[in-house]
Amino acid sequence: MEHEHEEAGAKKILHATINGVAVEAEENETILHCARRYGVYIPTLCELDDIDHTPGTCRVCLVEFEMPSGDGKTKLATSCNTPVVEGMTVQTRSPRARSAQRLQVELLLADHDQDCATCVRHGSCELQDVAQFVGLHENRFYKPSFVEKRPVDDSSPAMIRDMSKCIRCQRCIAICREGQGVDALVQVGIGQDKAVGLRFGLSQKESTCVTCGQCVLVCPTGALGERDETDKVLDWIYDPEIITVFQFAPAVRVAFGEEFGLPPGANVQGQIITALKRIGADIVLDTNFGADLVIMEESAELLKRLASGSRPTFTSCCPAWINFAEIHYPEILPYLSSTKSPMQSMGMICKTYLPEKMVLDPKKIRTIAIMPCTAKKDEAARLQLQFDGKAEIDVVLTTREFARMLRREGINIAKLEPSDFDNPYMGEFSGAGAIFGTTGGVMEAAVRTMYYVANGKEYDAIEFEQLRGFEGVRSATVDMGGSIGIVKVAMCHGLKPAREIAELVLAGKADFDFIEVMACPGGCVDGGGNLRSKKAYMPNALKRRATLYNVDRQQHVRQSHNNEQIKTLYRDFLEKPYSDKAHHLLHTMYTDRKQTLTRTVKEIWEDLTISDPLY
Amino acid sequence: MDVKSVRGFVGNKLSFSEVSASDGVKMAAEMAPEDVVSIITASGLKGRGGAGFPTGKKWEYAFGQEGHPKYIIGNADEGEPGTFKDRLILTDFPELVFAGMAIAGCAVGAEFGILYLRAEYGWLREHLEAAIAHCREKGLLGKAIGGGKDFSFDISIRMGSGAYICGEETALLESLEGRRGDARNRIPFPVQAGYLGKPTVVNNVETLAWVPCILVKGPSWFAGMGTRKAPGAWLFSVSGDCKRPGIYEYPFGTSLRQILADVGADNPKAVQVGGASGNCVPPSGFDRTMTPGDLATGGSIIVFGPGQDMFAVAENFQHFFADESCGQCIPCRVGNQRLLEAIARMRANGLDKDSERTVRQLAQTMSVASKCGLGQMSPRAFLSILNNFAGELPGHA
Ligand SMILES: Cc1cc2nc3c(=O)[nH]c(=O)nc-3n(C[C@H](O)[C@H](O)[C@H](O)COP(=O)(O)O)c2cc1C
Ligand code: SF4
Ligand code: SF4
Ligand code: SF4
Ligand code: SF4
Ligand code: FES
Repeated sequence: MEHEHEEAGAKKILHATINGVAVEAEENETILHCARRYGVYIPTLCELDDIDHTPGTCRVCLVEFEMPSGDGKTKLATSCNTPVVEGMTVQTRSPRARSAQRLQVELLLADHDQDCATCVRHGSCELQDVAQFVGLHENRFYKPSFVEKRPVDDSSPAMIRDMSKCIRCQRCIAICREGQGVDALVQVGIGQDKAVGLRFGLSQKESTCVTCGQCVLVCPTGALGERDETDKVLDWIYDPEIITVFQFAPAVRVAFGEEFGLPPGANVQGQIITALKRIGADIVLDTNFGADLVIMEESAELLKRLASGSRPTFTSCCPAWINFAEIHYPEILPYLSSTKSPMQSMGMICKTYLPEKMVLDPKKIRTIAIMPCTAKKDEAARLQLQFDGKAEIDVVLTTREFARMLRREGINIAKLEPSDFDNPYMGEFSGAGAIFGTTGGVMEAAVRTMYYVANGKEYDAIEFEQLRGFEGVRSATVDMGGSIGIVKVAMCHGLKPAREIAELVLAGKADFDFIEVMACPGGCVDGGGNLRSKKAYMPNALKRRATLYNVDRQQHVRQSHNNEQIKTLYRDFLEKPYSDKAHHLLHTMYTDRKQTLTRTVKEIWEDLTISDPLY
Repeated sequence: MDVKSVRGFVGNKLSFSEVSASDGVKMAAEMAPEDVVSIITASGLKGRGGAGFPTGKKWEYAFGQEGHPKYIIGNADEGEPGTFKDRLILTDFPELVFAGMAIAGCAVGAEFGILYLRAEYGWLREHLEAAIAHCREKGLLGKAIGGGKDFSFDISIRMGSGAYICGEETALLESLEGRRGDARNRIPFPVQAGYLGKPTVVNNVETLAWVPCILVKGPSWFAGMGTRKAPGAWLFSVSGDCKRPGIYEYPFGTSLRQILADVGADNPKAVQVGGASGNCVPPSGFDRTMTPGDLATGGSIIVFGPGQDMFAVAENFQHFFADESCGQCIPCRVGNQRLLEAIARMRANGLDKDSERTVRQLAQTMSVASKCGLGQMSPRAFLSILNNFAGELPGHA
């Protein structure tokens, strides 16, 4: 009864009109939110509902309204942060509203490098859309010198920040601070100099940024993006001397069809293979094979660590997590698995085992990895991940660059017939490898193999449902039976939960054997290298995840250790998991890269002087 | 520094010198909070920080809020160019301000107050700390103050961050919470979710100083000083081309002409009322009165003598806004900069019809679309100068 009362109290309904249509709104609902529910479009740029971000900085969402007591007087207000009031009449398209919206866009463009044709965001840019919507046809306030003084930071191997395209919507700051808890980005400057910068004024490369790319996913313009390396890859493809070896990550195949009009979550693995062959790829492999390989190594390593009593062990396949651990929690590095990521393991095997088998000159091989991830570019550039002074992975293309490359080659995957992996040495994969792309997947794949090691037989149900939640941090207890017994595991996705776990471990309060971390909320299916959505954050996470689980289900082989080509690889080349050779080729190490403040806050304060009064 | 030596010239008798802060606190301690609020409401006291919001109403909202704890913030960021009355109040009548904060605390149910002191007034801090200590000794601050059993209130001083925008109440709150002084969205209001997300009353130093006076002398004394529509009196900071610049107290309804005569302004060409974000009044407007709805004052008057170049004045003000904009929102960030350049251009080349239309459109959108008061007010001085002194531009008859 009391509950019912509360319900009734909570749902106060307000009545108003938007463009003459009667609407109902909940108390405190904004005009924008209400308008969207009724299908009325209001231009917006800074607001991003999915991450609860309304900084009120772009001002393009202005609407004209009149209060019931307004005696015919109308006012303008930003609809994203103005609540609906009983009896209010709102006009979103009146001449006054339109002209006000248009002026804001004109002012935004005054300080914007408008070279759209060369911009990575051309055609999928929120600013372009809004400019078209408001009918912008003048550009009276544009001033080239505004743009010229905006920095372009290309110090990082992974990401480029082009501040001449930034509209100061602060979405990147919000996702980095509130979403990821990394807090690498800050506002800098005041007045016309206001911009977004990296903490302590550092460059992207030297900063506390971990290149997870989540900020890229929310940026409405071309200000943030990956380092574009499509040209390099195209050159190699056209060079007859060079053997291009492509691989693509588990998540890519379920997060790519949208670009070509296919439904979100569609599995386009076969079409991607066809497309790569069509543009001239010499060898097309599957990163899932690498995932299976990693499971072999990582489970062996884990069992060893368990036996020696060192716990917990963190997964190491996510490079943004590695960056995070190295930069923010170096104390945790001894707990990290030394196993390389699937991508790097593939790279190494492609430059050693594969040429041996196929009788190729390893020097002519270029390994190209298509990844849903910006941090993978960072990973490929790591000095620890070089073999004979050469990179194991020569280029990482994000899903976005891959889309760009196919467009440049005039290929539409929606029109292609699917084909299969055909490499006899590294083309097969198990269902366990496929689920690597989503949170909990690495754990489940490892558990399947460890179960086998402990019991000498497969787990009957195959799938470990207890590992499949979607909360930021999840934990489970798996009874492996046999020689292993109870294993306590945890999984987290997103760096905020990762920080929580790291703190717990360092405080000695975490009782876990194995912890999976994926830096991106949702895991790689929502990695920072994925296609961008407009005005949405992670809209397709669950669909992509569901498809990965389906791929697993449809796979003939469901466990990494049952992958025949993996067995051959160990038999003919690596000997056995965690052998000396495997250790040499497939394991790596980490370095402390913590940013230490060399000055105290007090010193900084003493340095600050109040400027002389000027006026 | 000798605090009293820099307080400035006081031009006439100030009501503040007649009131004892302790009497005000004692009276409040014996009253129900609602009664304190209704006395302030009855006096018609309006905020002196610029927006002129009725103080009683603000307190009433704060009183009605459920969040806890609540906070009272004394806004001593006095950053408006041409304004220095708050400084005099802080040097000569700090106890009235602290008493005002304590009374506000009593009225809305807050136990903690913060005085946000302009960074450039750092030299006043010691003096103010001493005044706070003195208030504690006298039982005006601390536990069970003013004789009331369960009325506790204490104050700490926090230094401002040195930007004009930090005087804007939501930017002030951001700054107090340790972030950049960037204005927040106006909804929720500080009384709903202010300092640390709790109900917060932000009042100007002068507003607060009037509070104990009103309690002691009664709301009708205060209301009686002004006109029926605009009750009360106001402190003015007068500067510029006049013989006796300084601080003056005037009841509402006083004409600009009278003030100009009192301060010894000979033949002024224009008067800027309300600081940089106020209006520039030409001689034809000197008979206007200091009344909200006529000349909203902001408590500052800058006199411009016959020799002044009014567009140089406009450019100077505009320069101030371009520098002080926090840069968050687009109309203020780009608008102020472009307006500044436009003024420089028109001073050199005059103004044709087309550019006048553009510049007016720009100014207009800054005032309606900016996120906070800074951007909304920034084109005002320029527009009033353009409206009244366009003849001074080159190429104009
Ligand atoms: C840009 C800007 C600067 C301001 N600076 C001050 C200031 O220095 N001191 C002040 O009391 N109010 C200042 N205000 C007004 C405050 O936002 C707020 O309205 C005031 O402190 C409320 O107190 P009151 O109701 O007693 O006037 C400023 C407003 C703006 C928009
Ligand atoms: S890449 Fe990730 S860590 Fe770096 S700034 Fe963007 S959100 Fe923050
Ligand atoms: S970089 Fe992108 S997300 Fe960040 S403020 Fe600029 S436009 Fe917005
Ligand atoms: S979760 Fe996946 S996409 Fe995101 S940073 Fe890690 S590896 Fe890259
Ligand atoms: S109006 Fe100016 S000062 Fe206010 S929020 Fe916008 S940019 Fe900042
Ligand atoms: S969407 Fe409302 S101000 Fe940007």
